[in-house]
Amino acid sequence: LNIVVCIKQVPDSAQIRVHPVTNTIMRQGVPTIINPYDLFALEEAMRLRDDYGGTVTVLTMGPPMAEDALRRALGLGADKAVLITDRRFAGSDTLATSFALTSALTKLAEEAPIDIVFTGKQTIDGDTAQVGPGIARRMGLNQLTYVSAIDSLETEAATITVRRRSEGGVQVLQSKLPCLITMLEDTNHLRRGTLQDMLRAARAPLTVWSADDAGIEDPMKCGLRGSPTVVKRVFAPQPRAEKAEMVAVEGKTPAQIGDAILDVLFAKSPKLEADVSAKITA
Amino acid sequence: MQMQLAEKFKSYKHVWVFVEIERGKVHPVSWELMGEGRKLADDLGVDLCGVVLGPRDEGTKQAIKEAYHYGADVCYICEDPLLADYRNEPYTRAMTDLVNKYQPEILLLGATPLGRDLAGSVATTLQTGLTADSTELKIADDKSLAATRPTFGGTLLCTIHTLNHRPQMATVRPRVMAMPEPDTSRSGRMVWHSLRMKEDDIVTKVLEFVSDAQVEKANLAYADIVVAGGMGLQQPQNLALVQRLAAVLGAEWGVSRPLVQKGWAPAERQIGQTGNTIRPKLYIAAGISGAIQHRVGVEGADLIIAINTDPEAKIFEFAHLGVVADALTVLPALTDAFARRLSARAMAS
Ligand SMILES: Cc1cc2nc3c(=O)[nH]c(=O)nc-3n(C[C@H](O)[C@H](O)[C@H](O)COP(=O)(O)OP(=O)(O)OC[C@H]3O[C@@H](n4cnc5c(N)ncnc54)[C@H](O)[C@@H]3O)c2cc1C
Ligand SMILES: Cc1cc2nc3c(=O)[nH]c(=O)nc-3n(C[C@H](O)[C@H](O)[C@H](O)COP(=O)(O)OP(=O)(O)OC[C@H]3O[C@@H](n4cnc5c(N)ncnc54)[C@H](O)[C@@H]3O)c2cc1C
Repeated sequence: LNIVVCIKQVPDSAQIRVHPVTNTIMRQGVPTIINPYDLFALEEAMRLRDDYGGTVTVLTMGPPMAEDALRRALGLGADKAVLITDRRFAGSDTLATSFALTSALTKLAEEAPIDIVFTGKQTIDGDTAQVGPGIARRMGLNQLTYVSAIDSLETEAATITVRRRSEGGVQVLQSKLPCLITMLEDTNHLRRGTLQDMLRAARAPLTVWSADDAGIEDPMKCGLRGSPTVVKRVFAPQPRAEKAEMVAVEGKTPAQIGDAILDVLFAKSPKLEADVSAKITA
Repeated sequence: MQMQLAEKFKSYKHVWVFVEIERGKVHPVSWELMGEGRKLADDLGVDLCGVVLGPRDEGTKQAIKEAYHYGADVCYICEDPLLADYRNEPYTRAMTDLVNKYQPEILLLGATPLGRDLAGSVATTLQTGLTADSTELKIADDKSLAATRPTFGGTLLCTIHTLNHRPQMATVRPRVMAMPEPDTSRSGRMVWHSLRMKEDDIVTKVLEFVSDAQVEKANLAYADIVVAGGMGLQQPQNLALVQRLAAVLGAEWGVSRPLVQKGWAPAERQIGQTGNTIRPKLYIAAGISGAIQHRVGVEGADLIIAINTDPEAKIFEFAHLGVVADALTVLPALTDAFARRLSARAMAS
């Protein structure tokens, strides 16, 4: 199996700080990680490789420092890594991102046809979940999103059966390879890389492609110029004008506190009392 | 970046809402979008249109009828057995064909597993912009759609426009917009479309559907009352205090994210940016600090009561009622008080 996993390097969002005056995001010094959702895709890809043989290539579009994410993935057990990096990619929205990644995937497929492209469910920064479907559409791959498990894979017949999370249940879908899978979170446990993989990861040569190398002919489709969406304004949410009304609890017994809360609550919203009792009698 | 709208897009007109039917039932997010779409259409002075895709059956028929009740003037309808279960290929085909033929200026979809799967494909096929998980939709002075969405876990908001393409597409998560009141006297025009696909054209087959109904499943997003606990509960067994209060109120219970990460509660109970967005009439938060990722998931609640030992806790910045006290004492006290009050009321009536 020839599998490619798309991974994105993202800021560790727990540590993102916003400049109090200019309202801009302060990225300096913020550690970066592999988008956590992508690790489920990577693990699933490596499992398939271990069961059926083949290679797992990790692919990312990003600044040169995105190399760190690729090396981490190699350390976890991926076989090959490709970075596409170019100033012309800057400012890509999801449409431009799927264009650039598709160009690289098409280029990779010239060496050996790709059987499965994996992506994460979504990222923790852009958080759109649109890049996977974008790639699938552009490459004409069967699209299997929100996959929680791969039930079976027949390499001869090129069929795959997966479980897909949908509203109110799980669809069991049968499709054909090649396909694109977006993997749901918490569906597998990421392995720890072997010492051998870690050592290899530190030195392994990476494939680094510019837009030209990736075979991109129309730079108008890349980056800011290739992005139909335009961010017009970035701003902080408005704090609510009034603070919470505090229920006095000083010196009260628990029973009195309970009553005090209900008094204030029902005074504030008289309809609520009726609603709550209607719910209970129903 | 080309800021001017190309000539060919200038004729694109009207606001469309995708009516999401899964297994015969319309997802309520579609009607929430219909309410929002109505405002946009009125601002632009154009029609609000529903797009109804499904098999020819009662569920689809009902969806069409209700689309008018919730505000649609026109429905674009494609009925075909191939649309019985959601599959990306026929749905993308139906939607893109309709858009190319009837040329809407705005297309809204729910940010559900189905809606996100479809929206990404449709936007890519049409090569247009798609704003994900919008929390506010407005018509700007230049008549384009201004879609605002939280970024970086809600620490910032950004407003996104699609300047040089049409339609302008956006998804919205369930419960972010208010549910409009249906007007059962409304009806409207129907435009029929045929899919022109054969089963053989579709590679992906649905072998089976395993319904969640078999397992106990929370419906937090649509609950009227929600009681939730956070790290202030201190011990996993104290979650029972939250559940007991919820039981007395006929409410759903939920948790902040760390409780899910610790394995105290299943993921579907998580409230917040990476969990459920809720919009209850009453939200009771016990021992939750009110981090921004939690806040964005609960702000739509009509009334928020926070119980926290720390008077400086962030949650008091957006709660309506605050109680500075130990949740382990207040939760049982509140459970008793509700039980007493409600049984007294039941006896009186
Ligand atoms: C705050 C913010 C808001 C944004 N809002 C929008 C918006 O509403 N609409 C829009 O079109 N764009 C938006 N963007 C731009 C968008 O984030 C970028 O296009 C980004 O390159 C990819 O989108 P994503 O992060 O949402 O990825 P998602 O679509 O959520 O990612 C899905 C999967 O695709 C793969 N993937 C994504 N990016 C890469 C990459 N660079 N390299 C390799 N694999 C990748 C990963 O496997 C990932 O799990 C926004 C960006 C930011 C920072
Ligand atoms: C990318 C990302 C996504 C996230 N998504 C979510 C999300 O969807 N939902 C979510 O909830 N969080 C989310 N978080 C986590 C969020 O940032 C907070 O860490 C989390 O909400 C804190 O949970 P908490 O309030 O229960 O715990 P804490 O922040 O530890 O707060 C505990 C509170 O309990 C109070 N307390 C202590 N003892 C008592 C007592 N006896 N009685 C009453 N009060 C007491 C304390 O004063 C404190 O305010 C996300 C974080 C990231 C980085």
